[in-house]
Amino acid sequence: MEKQNIVIIDYEAGNVQSVKYALERLGVNAEISNCEKTIRQADKVIFPGVGEAAWAMKKLKETGLDQLIPQLKQPVLGICLGMQLMCAHSEEGNTKGLGLFPVNTLKFPAEDKVPHMGWNQIRQLKGKLFEGIETESYAYFVHSYYVPLNEYATAETHYIKSFSASLQKDNFYACQFHPEKSGDIGQAILNNFIKL
Amino acid sequence: MLAKRIIPCLDIKDGRTVKGINFVDLKDAGDPVELAKAYAERGADELVFLDITATHEKRKTLLELVEKVAKVLTIPFTVGGGINSCEDVAQILKAGADKIAINSSAVRCPELITELANRFGSQCVVLAVDACETQEGWEVYLNGGRIPTGIKLFDWLKEAERRGAGEILFTSMNHDGTKNGFANEALAEISEMLNIPLIASGGAGNMHHFADVFTKGKADAALAASVFHYKEIEIPELKNYLKSEDIPVRL
Repeated sequence: MEKQNIVIIDYEAGNVQSVKYALERLGVNAEISNCEKTIRQADKVIFPGVGEAAWAMKKLKETGLDQLIPQLKQPVLGICLGMQLMCAHSEEGNTKGLGLFPVNTLKFPAEDKVPHMGWNQIRQLKGKLFEGIETESYAYFVHSYYVPLNEYATAETHYIKSFSASLQKDNFYACQFHPEKSGDIGQAILNNFIKL
Repeated sequence: MLAKRIIPCLDIKDGRTVKGINFVDLKDAGDPVELAKAYAERGADELVFLDITATHEKRKTLLELVEKVAKVLTIPFTVGGGINSCEDVAQILKAGADKIAINSSAVRCPELITELANRFGSQCVVLAVDACETQEGWEVYLNGGRIPTGIKLFDWLKEAERRGAGEILFTSMNHDGTKNGFANEALAEISEMLNIPLIASGGAGNMHHFADVFTKGKADAALAASVFHYKEIEIPELKNYLKSEDIPVRL
């Protein structure tokens, strides 16, 4: 595999280590950083996230990452809260997002247990991220807010209602599920991102 | 469809896997990292590691183990045992665990649940509880089931949810180690009472018990140790059986 310079954005919002380990299992060394120069020079950028939206946006603003991320030209992959923060707005903490996808993140209605936690199937798979991935494959989700289906959805999942499991617009990719925790399927999706 | 989860539990003592029968009589059941990898390959949906030594001096051994496991494991895993503070949790999550489980420390200081949920998010806070059913109803026990607290199980679980626990891991001491099936009646009541996922533990003996815990017990996940460690039940076979019973599982 060609040597790649992948940077995982560090803004104190969880699971960075497990993303790094997942990339290492694919033979790629990733750097965890919040340095603007390092992120700009990366071949690819991963924007992870676990935690609360308003708190995470505050952390991004403190370091100017909220300005930097939308300017990036290389492939960027948002994961979980990272994906939700790439949208226009989140109902969680009434938070304005980065606006890369013109859709809003909503709270699950309390018709079933929340968070949506565990393995669920992804379908209507489109685009390079899902090349070679079979429809109805299982991925691991943990979230209480969701992005409704929209024109940028490249995968969907059903829990309480059908929602976006993945989004793509230009160089911005996003997964609601955790590819770094989704077994072989997750590894294959991350590998597709590496190969972009 | 959201799949029901099968979760092998690895009891860890001094960096090795053991399984207590009714919480005593420890027996070596192998290297945790190798076991973790093998379980993930065979279709386990998640793993739980319970550090049953959890003394201060052994903490470093556990953190090293968590890191080794995180490097090889492609599925989520939870670490529990001896967690008393935000600092303990920060270290374990930093080493690569996805969730932590707290038990006795939360009973002694319920505020800990709130603190952890606020700092790390509810999604990584599993409230584990050991309980025993007596004539007075279900009572919470401490220290691996040795000390009765007088606390009513259902009240405690409601409080844990209100304080921000993201998931409940309920072990019935009446059923644990018996291999006669899970505490389905209590589980169903808990599952309907709470709005967070419920992991059932204690009593798995055969594949039918797993089907029952998901249908009658309404659990979201089932945890077991010895039936998996000693290969009395193989996970792929178990999942195929559950699927044939129309229970959604990840194959």
